Amino acid sequence: MNRIRKWLSHLGVVLALAAGLAAWAVMPWYAVLAVALLLGLWLTLTRQGRLAVAAAQIGIATLPQRWGASAVIVVGIAGVVAVLVAMLAMGEGFRSTLTRTGNDETAIVLRGGSQSETNSVITRDQVPLVSNLAGIARGQDGRPLASPELSQVVNMVTKADGTDANAQMRGVGPTAWELRPQIKVFEGRRFQSGMRELVVGEGAKRQYVGLDVGNKVELANQVWTVVGTFSSGDSHDSELWADSETVANTYRRTAFQSVTVRLDGKDGFDRLKAALAADPRLKLDVDTTRHYYSRQSETLTRFIEILGMVIGTIMGIGAVFGALNTMYAAVAGRAREVATMRAMGFRGLPVVVAVMLETMLLALVGGLLGGAVAWLIFNGYTVSTLSSNFSQVMFQFKVSPELLWNGLKWALGIGLVGGLFPALRAARLPVTEALRAA
Amino acid sequence: MKYLHLIWAALFRSKTRTLLTLLSVVAAFLLFGMLDSVRVAFNSSANVDGYDRLITTSKLSITQSLPYSLTSQIETVPGVAKAAYATWFGGIYQDQRNFFPNFAIGPGYIEMYPEYVLPPDQLEAFKSTRTGAIVGEALAKQYGWKLGDTIPLQATIFPTKGSNDWTFKLVGIFKVADKKRQGEERTLMFNWKYFDEANDYIKGEVHWFVIDLVDANQATRVARAIDALSENSDHETKTDTEQAFNQAFFKQFADIGLIVTAIMSAVFFTLLLLTGNTMAQAVRERIPELAVLKTIGFSNRSVLLLVLFEAVLLIVIGGAIGLGIAAVLMPAVSSASGGVVQLGTVATPTWLLGLGLMVAIGIVVGTLPALRAMRLNIVDALAGR
Repeated sequence: MNRIRKWLSHLGVVLALAAGLAAWAVMPWYAVLAVALLLGLWLTLTRQGRLAVAAAQIGIATLPQRWGASAVIVVGIAGVVAVLVAMLAMGEGFRSTLTRTGNDETAIVLRGGSQSETNSVITRDQVPLVSNLAGIARGQDGRPLASPELSQVVNMVTKADGTDANAQMRGVGPTAWELRPQIKVFEGRRFQSGMRELVVGEGAKRQYVGLDVGNKVELANQVWTVVGTFSSGDSHDSELWADSETVANTYRRTAFQSVTVRLDGKDGFDRLKAALAADPRLKLDVDTTRHYYSRQSETLTRFIEILGMVIGTIMGIGAVFGALNTMYAAVAGRAREVATMRAMGFRGLPVVVAVMLETMLLALVGGLLGGAVAWLIFNGYTVSTLSSNFSQVMFQFKVSPELLWNGLKWALGIGLVGGLFPALRAARLPVTEALRAA
Repeated sequence: MKYLHLIWAALFRSKTRTLLTLLSVVAAFLLFGMLDSVRVAFNSSANVDGYDRLITTSKLSITQSLPYSLTSQIETVPGVAKAAYATWFGGIYQDQRNFFPNFAIGPGYIEMYPEYVLPPDQLEAFKSTRTGAIVGEALAKQYGWKLGDTIPLQATIFPTKGSNDWTFKLVGIFKVADKKRQGEERTLMFNWKYFDEANDYIKGEVHWFVIDLVDANQATRVARAIDALSENSDHETKTDTEQAFNQAFFKQFADIGLIVTAIMSAVFFTLLLLTGNTMAQAVRERIPELAVLKTIGFSNRSVLLLVLFEAVLLIVIGGAIGLGIAAVLMPAVSSASGGVVQLGTVATPTWLLGLGLMVAIGIVVGTLPALRAMRLNIVDALAGR
């Protein structure tokens, strides 16, 4: 009978813990703040709370004596948080690089069903038809702000290991600069139309050999001159830009692949979409660039996120066992002290809270340490991957405050699980036996 | 060996601690097993050992097409046994997310891949059916396709008669015997002739050639000779061994090796600390017992080895369980994902590397406590000083 009761109470604790963790996972920051405030009030204002603080102080004061064991909790949790935050920062960096490339003021026109530029074809005779549709803004000279573009994958040699990589070359129309004001040529100048001149993104310049201003590079058996470097802070940074007509000539391309346009006012997109649908000569799709680019990042970002979560969970489980181990040892080592306190009249609750506070403190330190490591090593770390256009996109890890907050929540969650069972054991120690032991 | 029961008893002296440490080790090696298998799978998707083929693509870029007339020129190069060609189609089945490679293949292409096992009658049917297509078994299973089914694909690049709707008749299902390469079963191939006639854009153009060699040792020379064919033309080529081509392609996605190494260093560093702490505790608690062992005649060396083996045993047990779970888990993940994720079980190199790591970690964490145990002064230890 007794065993069944014990077993049931254990089950109850586990279930409550699972529910608590689930609530913790979805809890927004203000709820966490409220919980922390309530806890603080309880600790300072009630008698039980003050007893708990007093008990916790004893435990915390003895931490330096057990630094090896305490380090297991801190480092274990720091490892989980660092890996988790770094993985999520990779996904976040990729997503934000691509999302930033687009906005709601510009739209991209592609052939129906083509999904990405590489697959799209827009014939020359379609370009004037598209440019003159309703909903497209016009420049000061009255010409529509539309840039017919070509994307060409070219082989470039990487600086890192000298192997070939697919670089994205973009042939753009004269209005492309106006369409993308975020692009700033900070070194050299823009290319001249009709000339074999390249303006390269700073990411591309960093990654590939021979893209310094003034250099000559051979593409498609033609010599091109690099005349400028631009920065855009988005996925265009990985690209090489040139005049679309010149690119078309060089690669014998008779058609364009996309038309990027600036939308005229808020309803521009709807008007353009309606106009496009109304013209039977144009079997084309239009999408805002924001939507187009964020859709391209979706699959990879989700994949990285799931991977990060799975790895984080397995590591987290390992860290929980490490924390349990340490805290059980800590409780066992202090069995006499705890029993003395209990004999003096400390109730169960302050003892539980004291052990929990100690674990949470270590977890917090671990979480902060892990977040700091992830931030120091990985924030701004540049990597590249193959985009849906078959070409390399460079992006930076982005350790955002949100991710760090998430990491801290994981750390405290692990501390919660790792501290609860040892705390309960401390509270349930049979006083007389513990006093007699050792 | 005769001390095994002694080590065993020492290991389970404190059951909670050993169990908890063991579970941490299990988690670490479970992660190691899974990540390293991903790495192996990723690298071996580039690994076509034993098949000496060359791949010729456009020098400009992989997306640039080449004239199919190059085939006969390539076949005249000394050292080339056969050449076949293919064109990337890039069609979508139902939804964009259902990505799998699909391409049009010329005559003789499938025969170049003897590792793709296709029944002879199905091969005949493929050759004689204009709109015929063959798929790998994993793909057929995933979408429930059977021989004779009509498979609709949405073209993303090549419309046919102004529409993006293409349909193919499934006439063959091939298998890939090599477990590690089963990811290649997620492929659909169809007749290039049909593609060439029916698409609205390109005629007589292909994206890559596959070349069978007479002698594998001649690969470099033959590759150069093939590239020389089109030198200074408007369709220069780049020829590589299939292995090098695949490696270069996969490397562009991400440096999986680096990511796996980084994560596992973090994990194993933590594990070192954790098990090291456990072993230190275990020895500290047992000082009087160890002193007794020494008193009754155990040599310093035996005591050292006892503690060292205890550490190694702890980690090997946990690690083996972890890798075992990974081995069971991954095929389950693969089948649950319906073949999208193709992870074989834990491969032999991973097991070996894992075992090596277990022993190494065991020795590292066991050394300090073992030395401490060895250097115990019997009198002090017994007196509890």
